This record gives sequence, C-alpha cells and structure tokens, in this order.
Amino acid sequence: MRLSALSLCLTLWAAIAGAFEVEEHALFGAADGRVLRILSTTDTHILRPLIDSFLDARPGVAVDYLSVSSAEVMRAIVDEGERFDLVLSSAMDLQIKLANDGYTRPHRSAWTPLVPDWGNWRDHVFAFSQETASVVLSRAAFADQDLPRTRQDLIDLLRSDPDRFQGRVGTYDVAVSGLGYLFATQDARTAESYWRLMEVLGGLQVKLYCCSGEMIEAVAEGRIDMAYNVLGSYARARTDLAESILVIEPEEYTNMMMRTAVIMRDAAEPDLAGAFADHLIAAAWSDPPAPDYPFPGPPATDRPEGASLRPISLGPGLLVFLDRLKRQRFLEEWRNAVQQE
Amino acid sequence: MSDRLRSSGSIRRRLTIQLVGSAAVLAALLFLIVQTFTRELAEETHDRILLASATSIMDAVSVRAREVSVDLPYAALSMLSNVSDDRVFYRVVLGAETLTGYDDLPVPRPEPRAIGAMFETLVYKGESVRMATTVRWLSRNGVSTPLTISVAQTRTGQTERLADLTRTALLLGAGFFAVAVLLAVWTAQSSIRPLRELAGMVSRRGPTDLRPVTRPVPAEMAPLVRSLNSFIDRLRLSLSRSEDFIAEAAHRVRTPLATVRTQAENTLHRIERPENRNALREMIRAIDESSRAAGQLLDHAMVSFRADSLERTPFDLTDLVAELVNRLRPVADLKDIELFLEISGPHVMSGDPILVQNAVRNLLDNAIKYAPEESRVIVSLAGDATTHVLCIRDAAGGFHEDEIDGLTERFVRGRNAEGTVGSGLGLTIAREVAEAHGGRLDIANTKDGAGACVCLHFPSA
Repeated sequence: MRLSALSLCLTLWAAIAGAFEVEEHALFGAADGRVLRILSTTDTHILRPLIDSFLDARPGVAVDYLSVSSAEVMRAIVDEGERFDLVLSSAMDLQIKLANDGYTRPHRSAWTPLVPDWGNWRDHVFAFSQETASVVLSRAAFADQDLPRTRQDLIDLLRSDPDRFQGRVGTYDVAVSGLGYLFATQDARTAESYWRLMEVLGGLQVKLYCCSGEMIEAVAEGRIDMAYNVLGSYARARTDLAESILVIEPEEYTNMMMRTAVIMRDAAEPDLAGAFADHLIAAAWSDPPAPDYPFPGPPATDRPEGASLRPISLGPGLLVFLDRLKRQRFLEEWRNAVQQE
Repeated sequence: MSDRLRSSGSIRRRLTIQLVGSAAVLAALLFLIVQTFTRELAEETHDRILLASATSIMDAVSVRAREVSVDLPYAALSMLSNVSDDRVFYRVVLGAETLTGYDDLPVPRPEPRAIGAMFETLVYKGESVRMATTVRWLSRNGVSTPLTISVAQTRTGQTERLADLTRTALLLGAGFFAVAVLLAVWTAQSSIRPLRELAGMVSRRGPTDLRPVTRPVPAEMAPLVRSLNSFIDRLRLSLSRSEDFIAEAAHRVRTPLATVRTQAENTLHRIERPENRNALREMIRAIDESSRAAGQLLDHAMVSFRADSLERTPFDLTDLVAELVNRLRPVADLKDIELFLEISGPHVMSGDPILVQNAVRNLLDNAIKYAPEESRVIVSLAGDATTHVLCIRDAAGGFHEDEIDGLTERFVRGRNAEGTVGSGLGLTIAREVAEAHGGRLDIANTKDGAGACVCLHFPSA
C-alpha cells in the first residue's frame, strides 16, 4: 500500500515534470560524433560489454544509453514523442504495440536470418534473449525445510505459517512495471493458481517492487524471504549474492520472456541502430553465443521442449492485455486480490 | 514438275500455329481463372478470420446494470497471427462513444437496424488494411444503440501469399502451354502422316506401275484417292489403247511388207540392168528396215503387256542363252563373226522366259548387226547367290559416252547406228524386261574402248 502510494506520487511527479522517469543515463564514447540513442529496460551494467565491443569496431561513434522501467518506454515514445534510435525492452507486449502501431521500422540484414521465426515479428521486433520468470528465495529462511517446487507448494507453505511470512513476501507492482504486468497476465492466462497465489500474497501484506533487481536485493538482505516472478537471469547474474539467495523455476510451468529490440521509425541514426541490433542478434544467436553475451544462454534455437518452460509468443495476441478495458479490469482484479485491508 | 507447283502454305504449319495459338489462349485463360480464384479465396479467408475475431469480441460483451463492458478474449487477436504476421487494429464503439481500441480507426456507421457483417478495405496508419465490422443493437434508456466491433489487419502477408500464388498460377499456365505445344506439334505431325504416306507411296512407284491405290486412307482423303485412282485408270486405258493401236498397225504393215519383199526378190532375179538391180536392192533394204521396226514395235507391245502381268516360272538362263546363240550363229556366220559363249554351270532364275529370251535376242541382234566382219562377240553368264549377270561384248567401236544414258529411251539410236537397219527399240525392250524382273540394264564401253559391253542383271529368286 505504501509503495503503490509512492509510485502514484512518482507518476504524478513525472506528469507534472512532463518527463519520463530515467533510472540511469550513461554515455559511452565521445558525444562529438555520431550518437546512437538507446532506450532500454536492461540495466546498463549488463549490456556494457556488448556496447563496448560495438564501439570498439566503430571509432567516432557514441552510445547514449537511457535505462528506464518498461512502462516508461511507452510514456517516452507514445506520450512524449521522444526520439530514440533503438528501443530494447523486456516487455514484449509493449514492443509489439510499438511495432503494431507504426512506431518502428523494419530491418533486414545478413544477421536477421539467425533469429528463429518465433523470435522475429514482421522484421520489426527481434528477440535477443530468453529469460525465465522465477521464484527467488532466501537461503537462510528456507535452510531447514523442503523447497517449494510448484506454485501449489508455495501456496501451501505460505498458508501453513502466515505469521512467519507476514510482510516477508514480494512481487512486481504490475501497475508500474511493464514486465511485471506481462508476467502477471501470462500467468493469469495459463493457470487459475495464479489468482489463489495472489490472494495468499495479499493476505500476507505482499511488498510490491518496480524491478527484479530490487526484489533480489531485498531477498539477499533479508528484508523479505520470497519474491515471485523475478527475472531468473538477473538473479543468477548476481553471483555475489549466491550465498544468500536461491532461484527456483516452478515445475508446472515457467514463463519465458524474450528481450526484444525495435528500431524506431523516426530514428536519427537508423543505420547505427540496425548495426547495433545486428550486434545483439549476432551475439545472441550465434552458436555458441559471443563471449560478451550477458544473458544465460544460449537462447534455445528451438523452442524448449516440455511443458515446464513456456515461452511467451511474439504476436498480436499480446495486444489484448494492453486493451484499455482489459487492463482496467485486470488491474482491478489484481488489486482486489493483492491489496487486502 | 513439282518445282513449278505453287505452294499455298503448309497444312502442318497452319495446324501447329492454330493449335499453339489456342493453347496460348487457354493457358492465359487458365492463369487468369486460377489467379482470380485464389485471390477471391485468399480475400474470403482473410474476411472470415477477421469476422471470427470481431465475433469473438462481440461474444465477450457483457451488459451489467446498463454498463456495457468488453473483456477482449486473448484468442481474438492471437488468431489473426495464425494467418500472417500483420499489424492488427480494432475498435469497439457504442453509439458515438469509443469503448476501447484504436480511437482513430475509421469504422462505418451502421444503417439503422442493420445487422451482420460489413467488410471494407481502407488505408489506416499509412497502410492498406482490410476491416471486418459486426454490429449488435442494444437498448439503452429505451433508445436502440448500435454496438459496432471492427477488427482490421494489414495485408502484407496476404499480398506476399498472393504473389506466391500468382507465381504458381504462372508456372501452371506456362507448364500447360508447354505440354500443349508438344501435343500440338505431335498432333499436326500425325494428322498429315497419311497424306505424306500416300505421296511417298505414289512417288515411289515405277514409271509403268499404273495400279490403283488400294490401301486404306482416312475418310477425308477418300475423295482425293478416288479421283487419283480414276485418273490412273483413264491413263492406263489410254496407254493400252495406244499400244494396242501401235501393235495392230505394226502387224497390219508387216504382212504386206513380207509380200512386197518376196515380189521384190523375184523381180531382182529377173532383171538384168545394174541400175535397176541397185534400186531394187535399196528397196529391199528399206523394206527390211520397216519390217524389222514393225517387228520390234510388236515385240515391245508384247513385252509391255507381259511385263504388266508378269507370270514367273523357274527356268535355266544357261539353256536359254545357249539355245539363242546356236540359233543366231548362222546369221553371225554370214558376217564371219564368231559368237563366243562363256558359261559356267546352270543359272536358275524365276521369271518369264519368253520376255528374257526377247531381251537377250535383241541385244545379240544389235551386237551382230553393228560388229565389224571377222570380229568376235562374247556372251558371258556369271553371278552370285543373289544376281545373274549376262553380258554381251562386241568390238563395234562402242558408244559415245555422252549418249549412253539416253540410249534406252524409245526410238533413240546411237550416232554410230546411221546406215544400219534398226528402230531404236532393242535396248528399250531389254531394259523394260530387266526392270519387270526387278533387275537392270547396264550399258558401258569395254575397257579397251574397242566396243560396247551391255549387261543384264536379274535377281536369282
């Protein structure tokens, strides 16, 4: 409750200031030459090696890298008409919406055929990673018991000891995070157990977060014991926290998100944007992936077999939960489940 | 003769061009039909799936306490991605109020009470889109208000698929055309084959073959063949009539000539004056020449007749030649000519012995007639398993090389024959007999140039 009030304040502040909220702004290279403007939901330090190798091959080129939350991408592009060359986002639905509504341009190169059909929508949206929506647990809190393997296990565990978990669970604030909303809607599409889990979490005064990074740190620092729908790739990338956290992929199904790149229609440097997209594609889809490819890889070049890993498909179906009424209804339901007084 | 025949074009070429032309028209037609059909089919399929999408949204409309709400089904938009990766737009309008979707998507205003589906193609966000709209009428505060749901999709995928289909249709048309061209060429060839066969058959015939055409021909050619046959018939009739006439004439002339000759001989014994005797001798010589010509004309008529209906019997050529030589030896002796016979063994052939005898006698007559006194005429008979060769060599000085080819024509005589009794039919008769038996007559000069060598070739069987 407190956090959502805070996010409301932030939103209001952003609206008043008339600017989208930037988490981190980094400039790579000297800005007196050509500058590639990237708007991204990926934390700067994760993509840094790829950006460096990109710039090494292109002297005189700079990369202006703005890291934002996925919902801010829409605000920047659609509401404020900001001009960027390339948008990298984990919110697949929003990327599809950008492409569907005509904000992007198609891109074809020698590298694009590397991307499998399911990772390429109309030559506008290109996937460059596949990452899981995982559960992150505190090693300390779960040291002396069986680990939950499914959502049902988790529900049973949380219900069995409400006092212990009161205020010690967390998940995305789906109203704020585009990726959180994507995971939540795909969960809701896939299984009824999602709503039961949300109700249980609501009963435990769940804490809501904007981003995976914050949830991972909250678990690692012992502020909460469990975080649901966290990017598994981020959690595993924090090798410094490996002693204090556990990453679990629920066994009945695990959503897999694709990080995607789109080149903007009004890009000032479309060629550079295309080159950077190719750089990402080459790093991700080469076999084996490039050494500076930061995500757990390789992204399966065939869709993962079996029921447990459930890739979210790129396509207009993702637009459905972005529908105004649908979103309203979903958020209402979600709030009813999560925010119990 | 045929060089002077004016050609009015080739039936085969005309047929081929007409068939290929109609094949081209059919192929073009096929292409157009297939293309139109696939285009309509693709558009219809697209319309159906758009309508299915709009209908599924309509099914998700709920009216609760006058509040109209739409819970967009996930499948409504994801089903469109099954057709192609195209951009998707939708809009839900109640009366004048947009409930959800793309506010600026131009949707049609439904006619009052109109229900069912509407389709249109329009340009939205810079691209051509196909849009399906479905309408439902809701009563709000007693007023009937239309709820329209429109789903639109860009047509890039459809355009690509149509281009594919067009290529396929084009290949289909081209393939059809290629096959049709092959068939056309084949058809043209085979439909003129009977004509070519008839022409070949008639032109392969020997010069004296005047039999009617009896082999079966296609019905269309029957009138032509019938008139050809009747023409041949008239020609044969006319020929045989003229030959009969010649034979009759020769016969009628020969008998009185014999009487005249006898009288002239008798008179020659009675008169004393040398100039009168010389005149009479000239007369007898002229009578001999006429009589011989008449005889050869008769021979020729006989040969023509017998050759037309050749009756073959086996006989020994050796006996025939030996007998003839013996019979002519007295005539040769008059000129001190030695008839020399080179024969080895029997030479049995199948044919008309009377004709063969006639031919050989004519050749021998010629040799004896033209050979100088006290010379030698060699008659040789040789051969192998397939052919008998009868050669007669004389020492009469031979022929002029340039006239050899024409010697066997009727009434043609060599230049060296002047001053000798003869009609010019002897070689003709010999040639016709040889040809009637499937053989031939060769005329040449001997190697030393002293005389002529005339050979008859007969097949053994």
